[in-house]
Amino acid sequence: MSNTVIFTALASGVIVWFLIASRLTAKSWESQDEKGDVGAIHTAPERIGLWIFMAVVTSLFSLFISAYAMRMHVGAWCHITIPNILWVNSLVLVAASIAMQRARWAADHGSRSGARAALVMGGMLSVAFLAGQLVAWQQVGPSVYFISGSPAIAFFYVLSAAHGLHLIGGLWVLGRTVSRFAAGAELVDLRLSLQLCSVYWHFLLLVWLVVFGVLLYL
Amino acid sequence: MAYVAIADRDAPIHDPHTFFLKYIWSQDHKVIAIQYAIVAISVGLVALVLSGLMRLQLGFPGTFHFIEPQDYYQFITMHGMIMVIYLLTALFLGGFGNYLIPLMCGARDMVFPYMNMLSFWVYLLAVLVLMASFFVPGGPTGAGWTLYPPQAITQGTPGAGLGIILMLISLGIFIVAFTMGGLNYVTTVLQARCRGMTLMRMPLSVWGIFMATILGLLAFPALLVSAVMMTLDSTLGTSFFMPAVMSLGEKLGHNGGSPLLFQHLFWFFGHPEVYIVALPAFGIVSDLLSTHARKNIFGYRMMVWAIIAIGGLSFVVWAHHMYVSGMNPYFGFFFATTTLIIAIPTAIKVYNWVLTLWKGDIHLTVPMMFAIGFIFTFIHGGLTGLFLGNVTVDLPLSDTYFVVAHFHMVMGVSPILVVFGAIYHWFPKITGRMWNQKLGMVHFWMTFLGTYAIYLPMHYLGILGVPRRYYALGNTDFIPDSVHSINAAITISALIVAAAQLVFLFNMIMSLRKGEKAPPNPWRATTLEWQTPDTPPKHGNWGPKLPVVHRWAYDYSVPGAKEDFIPQNEPVDPKLGAGRDHGTHR
Ligand code: HEM
Ligand SMILES: [Cu+2]
Repeated sequence: MSNTVIFTALASGVIVWFLIASRLTAKSWESQDEKGDVGAIHTAPERIGLWIFMAVVTSLFSLFISAYAMRMHVGAWCHITIPNILWVNSLVLVAASIAMQRARWAADHGSRSGARAALVMGGMLSVAFLAGQLVAWQQVGPSVYFISGSPAIAFFYVLSAAHGLHLIGGLWVLGRTVSRFAAGAELVDLRLSLQLCSVYWHFLLLVWLVVFGVLLYL
Repeated sequence: MAYVAIADRDAPIHDPHTFFLKYIWSQDHKVIAIQYAIVAISVGLVALVLSGLMRLQLGFPGTFHFIEPQDYYQFITMHGMIMVIYLLTALFLGGFGNYLIPLMCGARDMVFPYMNMLSFWVYLLAVLVLMASFFVPGGPTGAGWTLYPPQAITQGTPGAGLGIILMLISLGIFIVAFTMGGLNYVTTVLQARCRGMTLMRMPLSVWGIFMATILGLLAFPALLVSAVMMTLDSTLGTSFFMPAVMSLGEKLGHNGGSPLLFQHLFWFFGHPEVYIVALPAFGIVSDLLSTHARKNIFGYRMMVWAIIAIGGLSFVVWAHHMYVSGMNPYFGFFFATTTLIIAIPTAIKVYNWVLTLWKGDIHLTVPMMFAIGFIFTFIHGGLTGLFLGNVTVDLPLSDTYFVVAHFHMVMGVSPILVVFGAIYHWFPKITGRMWNQKLGMVHFWMTFLGTYAIYLPMHYLGILGVPRRYYALGNTDFIPDSVHSINAAITISALIVAAAQLVFLFNMIMSLRKGEKAPPNPWRATTLEWQTPDTPPKHGNWGPKLPVVHRWAYDYSVPGAKEDFIPQNEPVDPKLGAGRDHGTHR
């Protein structure tokens, strides 16, 4: 649980910082008149929404990992032997993240075809990653019934499945962006989507690396 | 899309025309709010009926043969879970949050209306899955609302097969729905406030709902994690929570899992959950008291800070639910300390409510009666919380009716009183009709006195040692005969309170159909939702121009002003001058 408590402490820290930055000490009963600046952050609501969503997902994975750490010390625990393909998968996901970043840069430089190519590339690499994860699943245990044998393996399935589902959610948004490309949307209108996709991909990469590290070293 | 919510309306946006788009598949926050409220109140009625059945069994054991022990456990579980999650959480956030946030912040809608709509439909799916568990073989789960393993998924507990699985799936779906809604509420508060509406000018209702949503977003994942892992333990035979168990003479396949781990996860969600319900109630009641006492809320800034402090602290007290679970005793010391610390901001809020009433021009309207009733029940439940927060006091009281009394006072009766107060308060805006005041008063007194008659004696039962979650007490030495008479009396009170809710429903339906037409601002309130051009507000809320806010939400009885309230969107009158201190001028 301590991981989670640290995470929530951090999250609360961010919230408190934000609130203080937005003049929570204002004596609102004394000053009246209209103020144009209401302390909203000058950015698209979608971006705020994404950051909040990432906080929620962080909470989810911190809790899974806390559960892992607590369960380890209880009993009938044997470590999992990591299938080598996970190293390859991790590299593929890193490449996907780079591709998403390049899509974003291309859009910033006004290169429509470059952005689209990089975006599709990122999508394909992500699908490859998911396929690789399925192979890893197969290698870890010959059948689902195997997962009852070892809690570490069960955790591996649960964590990678949770991560994979979040990636699939990202792919759905990515697919919509690609189809907006196909429908001929202006690049300026797509920039926000590309930025948010790249942020989300980096985030999921980070989550995966942490999960992988936990499986390896904890 | 999102900018529609913020911008002035230059070009007409496409208002939906068909009935289906307007009232069913609607993206209008007000319609979604009503949909949420109707579903939540409907399942709430199911939970109310279940509690009535439980009370019949407890008050008159052996009389109602159709209630078997396993039914009783199923009733408790479904009652608790429905009330906490599917009624209160959904109603406060999905219902009031949806209705009030955009209107009180001066926005046209939520920032992500489509996702907001999906949130409702996914919530409805969660409710349907939950209700389906009544009809599967074995019936719904009877594990208690805390769903502790190993018993929740071992044979012998009612609903240990399909019932519990449906419960867990339904919770998972609910969490998805909540997350979609929650992202909306938080982002709307952060990004879509109208000109002049700084954070510190927001009404406390919005503050409470905002903070509760943040708590929910961070805490519900803990429930999701436990639900996922318990589902796997039950279906695939993993051992996350399940230790090696002998069940009905056979050794089950599990090995080495930790039931204590489940309890940690559950309460890491569970304690913030009580504040997810409490904070919106705190916020709303502050606004009701201030409006109907014609007085600014006492200590607005402190109220905001207290909401934030409670929100933060509520994540570090969870193990006070686990004093008797066999965890390390040093933990108990730590969690007792944090638990008592959280009582400080809570107490500050209570003082400020009372001081708001002090020398106010109190109008005893129906919403005000409920708000004042809340102060009583909340102080009451809060004080028993202080008892239970101390490890040594809790040990003998844990798992007795004392705990039942505590949490019903504090998170059952109190928030429900606020819900009623809020419904009576905002109904004229939502529907354009006034209530029948007399029936409202009847409803209030029956509910308020009735719930006291139910829960006050339960403290005494708990001190005697009467255990909670027992189908029947039988003949035990330490349980005197008086307990049985008390139980019968409690049951009768419970039936009366249940009947009182029929008065409420009847009044609501009659007011909807025949109620007097409501003026736009019947309570003469300052906040923005009362200043809309139409009542009920139309799609887009504000007509062509968004409101502009010039002042905080509590300018009541300002000396020299021509009325005893100044709406937030009223420009500054230079004659009145600024820089008054509302705290001291009365
Ligand atoms: C002064 C503040 C409070 C303190 C010190 C406090 C303390 C406690 C403690 C120590 C318990 C565990 C009792 C046991 O199981 O033996 C408990 C149970 C509970 N409290 Fe509170 N509480 C406070 C306020 C609240 C509030 C505001 C709510 C809800 C709005 C709430 C809801 C509950 C619930 C639902 C339970 C029972 C859970 C269960 O076992 O099913 N409490 N409280
Ligand atoms: Cu608690």
